[in-house]
Amino acid sequence: MALPTYEEVIAKWDPVLGLEVHVELNTHSKMFCSCATEFGAEPNTQTCPVCLALPGALPVVNEKAIESTILIGLALNCKIAPYSRFARKNYFYPDMPKNFQISQYDEPICFDGFVDVEIETEEGTKQFRIEIERVHMEEDTGKSLHVGGATGRIHGADYSLLDYNRAGIPLVEIVTKIVPGTGKYAPEVAKSYVAELRDILRGLKVSDVKMEQGSLRCDANVSLKPIGSDVLGTRSETKNVNSLRSVERAIRGEMIRHAELLNDGKKVKQETRHFQEDTGLTRSGRSKEQAEDYRYFPDPDLVPVTPAAAWIEELRATLPERPSLRRKRIKEEWNVPDKEMEAMINADVLDIVEETVLLGADPTKARTWWLGEISRIANDKNVGVADLAITPADVAELVALVAAGELTDKLARQVVEGVIAGEGKPSEVVAKRGIKVVNDDGALMAAIEKVCAEQAETAEKVRGGHLPAAGALIGAVMKETKGQADAARVRELLLGHLGVS
Amino acid sequence: MSSLSRDEVAKLAGLARIEMTEEELVNLSSQFGMILDAVARVQEVDLTGVKATSHPQPLENVARPDVVLPSLSPQDALSGAPAQEESRFRVPQILGEAE
Repeated sequence: MALPTYEEVIAKWDPVLGLEVHVELNTHSKMFCSCATEFGAEPNTQTCPVCLALPGALPVVNEKAIESTILIGLALNCKIAPYSRFARKNYFYPDMPKNFQISQYDEPICFDGFVDVEIETEEGTKQFRIEIERVHMEEDTGKSLHVGGATGRIHGADYSLLDYNRAGIPLVEIVTKIVPGTGKYAPEVAKSYVAELRDILRGLKVSDVKMEQGSLRCDANVSLKPIGSDVLGTRSETKNVNSLRSVERAIRGEMIRHAELLNDGKKVKQETRHFQEDTGLTRSGRSKEQAEDYRYFPDPDLVPVTPAAAWIEELRATLPERPSLRRKRIKEEWNVPDKEMEAMINADVLDIVEETVLLGADPTKARTWWLGEISRIANDKNVGVADLAITPADVAELVALVAAGELTDKLARQVVEGVIAGEGKPSEVVAKRGIKVVNDDGALMAAIEKVCAEQAETAEKVRGGHLPAAGALIGAVMKETKGQADAARVRELLLGHLGVS
Repeated sequence: MSSLSRDEVAKLAGLARIEMTEEELVNLSSQFGMILDAVARVQEVDLTGVKATSHPQPLENVARPDVVLPSLSPQDALSGAPAQEESRFRVPQILGEAE
């Protein structure tokens, strides 16, 4: 039987979502020991007796990790528990050398919050409230490399190699309550929720939130029930969803897979599945423990966390503007068209453009540089704009130089290249490369006379009133002056020279 | 007297990754009964007004500043590993072939 189309799925079935997001905090040191947390370090160079679980080692919690988690909870409108504890989650798996993971069980530090997300639909903007069940602290696991077998997958591998640099990095898990009522928008709502979380976390400066590096990971639970039914269907949990687009694809794919089974009168199996980036499909995964029996109990090596109410209020007072509200404000203040706003968000340049504007640049000019020339160069180099050696201060300076008439847009592009190539600030690149606008009318007139003599026929047409022909002459003058002339001034002088205006 | 069935003991042994013979499973199922009975006596104590604890010291909020201290060298970290490769801990096959 053929796969049902998405339209067929939503005509009959109502999806229910549940999302678990894991966030690696950007603390300098690990959750329970003082090892560094740097991404990409040589294997096993950031380990110690605590994160390797050597006998007798004792964990001590990182105070910054607690602070960051409370900030996350507050930003997600959660209540903060006056008393919470760590618990051991017991399982045998080589990515956790202790044979348990320190997590939180029935006493999470934050609970009962919500996030509102908006999506654009053909019926206009729709808002959905995603309720947060809990936000708790735990530690990340080590990284396995499976050797042998065809695909580097765990199945069929001959053996595995473990790097424990990541083991013990502070991890915060954010769990939603079940999310009903999203209907056909379920995949988009999930994507918007993860995007909103990412923006909130970035605004709090508590995580790098790089999905591609795994510092933000989403597990998506999906089930289907017949439209109108109150009985929840069996869910599947899809892991390994490493981009916003994948969140949408994974949920859509799972909805179709479930509907196919249910339409055939089969049952959905409650299981963990892995998202395949290349095909957009999921495949059945392993379960860590045959029957999930983690035998949680309070960790006797750690003491309760009891944040003072006054401290919580201090932290609440430092919360930054909500990203969604900020976007609305920026859109109005800068008078940005919808398409452009979307382009800035998609290209992830909103922060950098705002910084540039705060340094005095005109919002439209700042946006044009970051979205245009600079994004183009970043794409060519396959990096993000933030990774290039050009700063908001550089762009603000560049915009000022153009506004002052010291650079044309064309010359400014050469300056951007220079700044990115590490030649210094815009003014330094201008000085080093000897870039300057030819403002000397004498020099321009000489070039104009030369061009008019060389292209006498064209010049004659313009003289006769055929203005479009002037373009070719202006182009030739610009070429003659190596792009250093102001095209508007050239046009003015040229037309004057040929006696038309 | 409480007791654990042979299968319950086998399940616990599996969760704890302890290999046991049939004889040990049977012996332990009766011994566990005695252990549970002994522990059950604790439950007879009147605990009215006593708060559950998970730590012998009445401590709260013991934390450390977020400061990096030197880690072990990879050589030291790996020195107790039964097998290693490419500066990583080498462990036996985790899962068998896919179904």
